[in-house]
Amino acid sequence: MSHISKPAHRVRSIILATGLASATFATGIASAEPVTVVSWGGSYGAAQDAALFNDASKNSGIDIIRESGASMSKTCLQVESGSVTWDLVVTGSGGSASAAEKGCLEKIDYSVVDVSDFIPGMYTDYCVGTDVFATVMAWNTDKYGQPGSAGAPKTWADFWDVKKFPGTRAYRANNVDGALEPALMADGVPPEKVYEVLSTKEGKMRAINKIRELKPHIAVFWGSGAQQAQLMKDAEVDMITGWNGRFDNAKKDGAKVGYTFNQAMYDFDCMAMPKGAPNKATAMKFLAEISKPEYQANLPFHITYGPTNKKAYEMTTASKELIESLPSHPNNVPMMLPIDLAWYAKHRTEALEMYMELMSE
Amino acid sequence: MSASTASKTEGINEKLLRIQGIREQRLLLSLATPAVLAIVAIIVIPVGWLFYLSFTGSNGHLSLENYQRMIEYKSYARVFVTTFQVSILTTLICILIGYPLAYFLAMLPQRLAGFFMLAVLLPFWTSLLVRTYAWLVLLQKNGILNDFAMSVGLWDTPVKLVHNLTGTLIGMAHIMLPFLVLPLYGSMRKIQRDLMHAAANLGASPVQSFWKIYFPLSMSGMVAGSLIVFVLCLGFYVTPAVLGGGRVVMVATQITAILENQYNWGAASALGVVLLIATLVILYAATKLMKLDAALFGKH
Repeated sequence: MSHISKPAHRVRSIILATGLASATFATGIASAEPVTVVSWGGSYGAAQDAALFNDASKNSGIDIIRESGASMSKTCLQVESGSVTWDLVVTGSGGSASAAEKGCLEKIDYSVVDVSDFIPGMYTDYCVGTDVFATVMAWNTDKYGQPGSAGAPKTWADFWDVKKFPGTRAYRANNVDGALEPALMADGVPPEKVYEVLSTKEGKMRAINKIRELKPHIAVFWGSGAQQAQLMKDAEVDMITGWNGRFDNAKKDGAKVGYTFNQAMYDFDCMAMPKGAPNKATAMKFLAEISKPEYQANLPFHITYGPTNKKAYEMTTASKELIESLPSHPNNVPMMLPIDLAWYAKHRTEALEMYMELMSE
Repeated sequence: MSASTASKTEGINEKLLRIQGIREQRLLLSLATPAVLAIVAIIVIPVGWLFYLSFTGSNGHLSLENYQRMIEYKSYARVFVTTFQVSILTTLICILIGYPLAYFLAMLPQRLAGFFMLAVLLPFWTSLLVRTYAWLVLLQKNGILNDFAMSVGLWDTPVKLVHNLTGTLIGMAHIMLPFLVLPLYGSMRKIQRDLMHAAANLGASPVQSFWKIYFPLSMSGMVAGSLIVFVLCLGFYVTPAVLGGGRVVMVATQITAILENQYNWGAASALGVVLLIATLVILYAATKLMKLDAALFGKH
């Protein structure tokens, strides 16, 4: 039965594809249309290519077109203008929640994508987790010492303490994802109370005021992971917030940088599908393929982000040392504050407005 | 009677001329059609769409909420102040550097001037992004300039030259300089050297003849050049974004931030509309001023 219905389905998909995507009229003709996969620049996209995309494409026979510059706002623009050219887009968990609320994302078909072995919470209705990362504080080890050594920074309070740790800082520009929590922890709020405090306007103001206090020492506001790495490589700033994997890769490139998972924010990146993606069915299959543990097991070799599929930890040939350096390692998880997606869905817009006010001062 | 026949023949000529005129007009009009269509397609429609978006609220209905936000939140006013501040300062720096440069070029023999002009134009042909990042490499804390200055003992600790207003102004002035120098050089080349000789002959000192004759005559080029620089600065994105270190927030940077992080097309469009209108007002005022210039200085 299925072999009879298959050509009919294909014909329909050709009609759909040609109707929907006027610019990509050729895609409906090929039997297996290439799937457009969009990620970020710098070492992150390169790591995904090496661990996930290239091998998954080879093994599944699904051709892919790789693009850079993934962004949920561009995704929403494509959806709203009715000219969707992207099939799969990398995004932060918080960004996917906002985009889903705006109706920009396709629901994930979990009958195709197998998440039965996933770490709980690392997938949502609209996004499948690809890696676990942490927003950490990092510093120039020449200036403040190796992580764990006596006198090295340990907490967000140290990040704010410019007397004990004199020098310049770098902080996130224009975006509140992982930017308000450190301020509250530095202000003495226990990690488990952070989101409770942030749920009121006064609480948000408290965080903003704390960042304002540090602002004279914030030499640079960073806008991307690649910039985090560059700032540390050039020793342009002494202490910085950012994503752990970027700092490990910067260190590999010779940067004098170290970081701690203590009080870091535990988060995940995921893969989303724009609403009306031109090759929905094939893309879903590709998403299922890259979610398999055998690919995720290779990710830590290229960037120190943890797999979202638990089985990958059993399969990986990575050294004990490397596995222990992943944010998702059981030793590290208890030190961190998990990102609260419900808070982001509800409070992100208001918090962003307040943060933008601070930025322009 | 003879007068009426004369007017009649004139009338026939006039008619023929008119027909010919109309034909020519039609031909020119049809030749201009592709350009007009292109302008409609790439300017009129998108700008119209921009206006429409700016008046669309978050619920998708017509609303003024995007403009109310701009009054409600102080950041918008601050961003406009920064934008104008940076643009004015960049223009002034360009004038301070560009005027003597153009003067020097205009004084040189044509062939030599051409060679030096190449030095002005060469960076102009290099990618904006490359030049901006080059400045970052030069100016940063452990950059070439700080390293050099510290090794020869000019200063002991690295000076903050970038990721602030200073770096932004250095980068923008460098990128904008040719836009001022080119029109200024053009207008200076047109100034007849004899006028200066005549002034000297009549007893004017070199300083007097420069301020009374040369400077007013070069005004038109300077106003045109400054205007181009100023208007281009208003919408500048790359250089302040890279060299400002997130501390110099201009309108274009703010628009990107709103789009990237808030997906708010209405708010971003409203910013664009206000910037567009502000720019048009300035352009209008400046052309009025230019006419004033022509009236004041163009009497010779």
